[in-house]
Amino acid sequence: MENTRPMRLLGSYISGFVLSILLTLAAYFAVTQHSYTGTMLVTVIIALAIAQVLVQLFFFLHLGKETRPRWKLAVLLTMLIVLGILVFGSLWIMQNLNYHMSPDQMNSYMIQQNSAGF
Amino acid sequence: MNAEAVATTRNDKAIFGFWVYIMTDCILFATLFATYAVLRNNVAHGPAGHDIFNMPYVLTETLLLLTSSFTCGLMILASRMGKLKQVLLWLGVTFALGLAFVTMEITEFTHLVGDGHGWDTSAFLSSFFTLVGTHGLHISVGLLWILVMGAFLLRKGLNQHTTRRLEMFSIFWHFLDVVWVFIFTIVFLMGVA
Repeated sequence: MENTRPMRLLGSYISGFVLSILLTLAAYFAVTQHSYTGTMLVTVIIALAIAQVLVQLFFFLHLGKETRPRWKLAVLLTMLIVLGILVFGSLWIMQNLNYHMSPDQMNSYMIQQNSAGF
Repeated sequence: MNAEAVATTRNDKAIFGFWVYIMTDCILFATLFATYAVLRNNVAHGPAGHDIFNMPYVLTETLLLLTSSFTCGLMILASRMGKLKQVLLWLGVTFALGLAFVTMEITEFTHLVGDGHGWDTSAFLSSFFTLVGTHGLHISVGLLWILVMGAFLLRKGLNQHTTRRLEMFSIFWHFLDVVWVFIFTIVFLMGVA
């Protein structure tokens, strides 16, 4: 029993390492070899990044091995909700502002701000 | 509960507390990512990402960091088996890989600033330097942490306090690897895509 646990841990680190290298190379060559373009390319590399994070969480940080109650997982999910609101909320608001402000308005606004000084 | 079980519970609580800190650090990085995502096209007639990113160089940095995450895992394995020499060996390898990463990053930053693409050039470069620099700062703090732990380990060997710190360090290091995965994807890969 004492001997199997470290071996299993080693296996987890080795598979995590191999998978993370493969996912990194896949994302790198998808971009540099121009295998995909536009939205498809962005979707592919984002999917590879999410797969990479899951590999790191399960094989390196052993999130799946946590005993109940799963407090680490609970805090992680809370963090992801805050992260989602922050990132997508910022992008949404700023795109909305760009949409409602024409480039001319933006330029005159910036000139006005510049002449007012910092 | 016997004394050993009490100590284990206390260690688990401390490690959980550290995990909560790491999650708040993720939120710090989320704000920097959001800022970068908003400003990445505001190049102010300066260079855009695809003009300045050297992809083979960035891939090398990524592979260094991924490997250091793996050697950090091997360090935890040795620590759980109580093998001090192996812990020091893998800690040393992790340090060397981390140092190589930071050195490469500083070199890259120096070249960018030298070519006139400093953080004051455009909103894109300001947010780029802040995001990537904050990650680099975390890695540098991690390197300092390795040195301090190495000194502790040499003096006191593996006990419940030193192993707890090693476990916390491994969470910190793997987490920085996860953040870099996003920097690699969102900043560099999407920058040249």
